[in-house]
Amino acid sequence: MKKKANNYDHINGWGIDANPLDVPTYPMKHRTENDNKGMIWERPAQQAQLVEILHSNERPSVSAVFGSANPPTGLSGKLRRFAFKYSESTWTHWLVLLLADRINMMEGIGQDLKSGRLPDLFTEHGGHSELKYNKAGLIKKIAVGFAFATLVIVFNKIRSREN
Amino acid sequence: MLAMNYRGPYRVRADRNKPMPKIEHSGDAIVRVTRSCICGSDLHLYHGMVPDTRIGTTFGHEFIGVVEEIGDAVRNLKVGDNVLVPFNIACGKCVFCEQQLYGNCHESNPQATAVGGIFGYSHTAGGFDGGQAEYVRVPYADIGPTIIPEDMDHDDAVLLTDVVPTGYQAAEMGGIKPGDTVVVFGAGPVGVMAAKSAWLFGAGRVMVIDHLEYRLEFVKNYAQCEAYNFRSLEDPVLFIKKTTDWIGADVCIDAVGCEAAGDALQTITGRKLMLQAGSATALHWAINSVKKGGIVSIVGVYGPTGNLIPIGNVVNKGITIRANQASVKRLLPRLIEHVREGRIDPKAIITHRIPLEEVADAYHIFSAKLDNCIKPILIPPSARK
Repeated sequence: MKKKANNYDHINGWGIDANPLDVPTYPMKHRTENDNKGMIWERPAQQAQLVEILHSNERPSVSAVFGSANPPTGLSGKLRRFAFKYSESTWTHWLVLLLADRINMMEGIGQDLKSGRLPDLFTEHGGHSELKYNKAGLIKKIAVGFAFATLVIVFNKIRSREN
Repeated sequence: MLAMNYRGPYRVRADRNKPMPKIEHSGDAIVRVTRSCICGSDLHLYHGMVPDTRIGTTFGHEFIGVVEEIGDAVRNLKVGDNVLVPFNIACGKCVFCEQQLYGNCHESNPQATAVGGIFGYSHTAGGFDGGQAEYVRVPYADIGPTIIPEDMDHDDAVLLTDVVPTGYQAAEMGGIKPGDTVVVFGAGPVGVMAAKSAWLFGAGRVMVIDHLEYRLEFVKNYAQCEAYNFRSLEDPVLFIKKTTDWIGADVCIDAVGCEAAGDALQTITGRKLMLQAGSATALHWAINSVKKGGIVSIVGVYGPTGNLIPIGNVVNKGITIRANQASVKRLLPRLIEHVREGRIDPKAIITHRIPLEEVADAYHIFSAKLDNCIKPILIPPSARK
């Protein structure tokens, strides 16, 4: 659908990057002589592997560089090692990693408590900005939470009386 | 050092005891960060949607800074250089880098072959710590980092690390021809830049679709385009068909990704239950709104599993789908020129400047769309002196 109007003087740079080749898949693939030859390039120097680095089973080894932060540990680490036995094409790989992330969150709280740090959940959830910019929303969230907690307590009391 | 520290979905904190990064490879540099942004895609991490996001990770793939230390093999940078660092970590040697596909490097991410290394974007993107910190390790320092031109405002420079190239590449991949009608889904920072860039490629008409009024108002003025709230359109696809003489748009751009609003089924299965890799509402609309033989360009971020989209319509309409992580290094020379010539004004999208110490509030403001937030940037203490 072409626009009929053709005066775009008010737009600084209109059409300046219009594709000179007028092809629908611009930018074209920049082919080189090394296409279709596999991993034949001269690899960069290999970063020393000083911590456990998991790698996709869709590649033969780790890449030349990698991040070394937060190597797998604990139960979440065991799950991550399990996940990496499966290819990136499987749900098992990704869903187990997501499960490991949630367990890792609990491990993080455990680590904080172990090191004598009580997590400041209000601040970490951005509570100060909520208080500043969305006081009504915060009050609503607290009220809903309070109502839900009350319902659970009342339900439990009724159930224990019935037993 | 001071650094953002991820503790779980919707929970981050400013950690003062993060160990300083070290040179781990002869091609590394250590950069003292002077500005970093929170990207819309950081919110997918913040919301716990990206697999293998480990506790203790520092996010941040949009940053600039000063080179503090370099590895033995680094030749193109020296200590004291002001650099902007593309979000892609690229070796410059593999066959993909050779083809200027710097977002698809094969030597920067051991954990996944489907994506190259990205700073601070989970172990699925290489396990690198990011730039929402005082210091950051930058691998392949001779390849990605670019010295900031002396006449360039550093607020402009930091937005050239991702948001401007991503928006520009979205328009470029659309193969826009003069006079084309372009529809951009999403009025976030990338959508804003995609709309702005569409004109540079000669678009005849540019429309942006979103549901946040303040963002629609912003993009209408900034990108001189039409802006529509899908909440007030009964059906955005039908609206686009009607307004294009029942043909459809020539090019549709998905600048939203996996946390799109607008469709209950997508929201529940994608964002709440995570039964698919996020909510693909914007992509669904893009496929159905584009004309037969048209082009859908995707820069919105999705997870690695799968999404519900009308692939049958892609076949039946003969649509071309083009997508990629932006190849920042390839695009930088042209984009620096556009900024210098005043064709793109990146810093105009910055709405919030927040001390790094208040990173938890910054994430919440951006995530909850409080205080009309469009783009927040984080300033470390050393850059505020």
